[in-house]
Amino acid sequence: MGAAEPARPSPLENGSEFQSTDLRALQADDFANPMALWVDRGRALWSAPRDGRSCAGCHGDAAASMKGVAARYPRFDPALGRVVDLGQRIEACFRPAGGAKLPAESDDLLGLTAYVALQSRGMPLAVSIDGPARATWEKGRALYFTRVGQLDMACTSCHDASWGKTLLAEPISQGHPTGWPAYRLEWQRPGSLQRRLRACFNGVRAEMPPYDSPDLVALELYLAWRAQGLPLESPGVRR
Amino acid sequence: MTMLGRLNVPPTVEKGQPFAVRVIVQHPMETGFRRDYDGKAIPMNIVDRLWCTYGGREVFRAELGSGIAANPYFVFYVVARESGPLAVEWSDDRGETGKVAADVKVA
Repeated sequence: MGAAEPARPSPLENGSEFQSTDLRALQADDFANPMALWVDRGRALWSAPRDGRSCAGCHGDAAASMKGVAARYPRFDPALGRVVDLGQRIEACFRPAGGAKLPAESDDLLGLTAYVALQSRGMPLAVSIDGPARATWEKGRALYFTRVGQLDMACTSCHDASWGKTLLAEPISQGHPTGWPAYRLEWQRPGSLQRRLRACFNGVRAEMPPYDSPDLVALELYLAWRAQGLPLESPGVRR
Repeated sequence: MTMLGRLNVPPTVEKGQPFAVRVIVQHPMETGFRRDYDGKAIPMNIVDRLWCTYGGREVFRAELGSGIAANPYFVFYVVARESGPLAVEWSDDRGETGKVAADVKVA
């Protein structure tokens, strides 16, 4: 980590500010936003019984019980004993005891995550980095400033030093994780923030951390802290 | 889960006037030209037909190719003649089909 740590970008600008007008309009249109297909899937899963139980059976109406939840993730989970992101929390809850894991990036997991995240749309990100989450945040911060890969770049090289400039044909964002899970046109389908972070590792020709690795979750927590105060805009649409 | 789609028509439409029908179909629209990480060809899988019926009559039909992006989104206009059911159906090259329907109310 460099001694002179740069300040957070100012003013903070949401991810959609760096997208084209067309994409912003697509994200704002609740019908045409392609994430709506996955939100529909998540809504159906929310009340679908499995082994006689369902999300709705415990949590009731998501519009009430899940309001604001996504804005507080990643967070330390006492039951699991570690910091988890929203998708991991949902996966741990959704999986029956001894059952098979919902695969990362599966339609079901992305749908449920998008449906839960939608209930917090417009609410400011407010993660806690106190107590047991502190060590994970420190790790995430260290990773954010660590140069990796053949291109020898850290997250900060682009998202603090060069945001607003262009990389090939794309504007560089401030790197705020406010729209995820999002529909990414490059992928032709939705993806989680973890997938997006892995794509950045790949972009600087570094080894991609595996899904659900502690490194990715630590970075997610640091990014959420760095974006605190920005309103959530999931389910987002990105280039 | 079966193939999902979303359909949107205005709540009420004016007789004799055109109105917008908006449809999104969930489909990978795999071109058949891509390869996976092991170098194996990913077989083509696209929605190749989509049609709309309104009051029992076909009013719109599209033939799609592999150049259409995943989860295709269609907007087309239909003239409101009478209140009745409007349905959009589609089928892909493996014979999978899907259907979304709504009731059109002519004011």
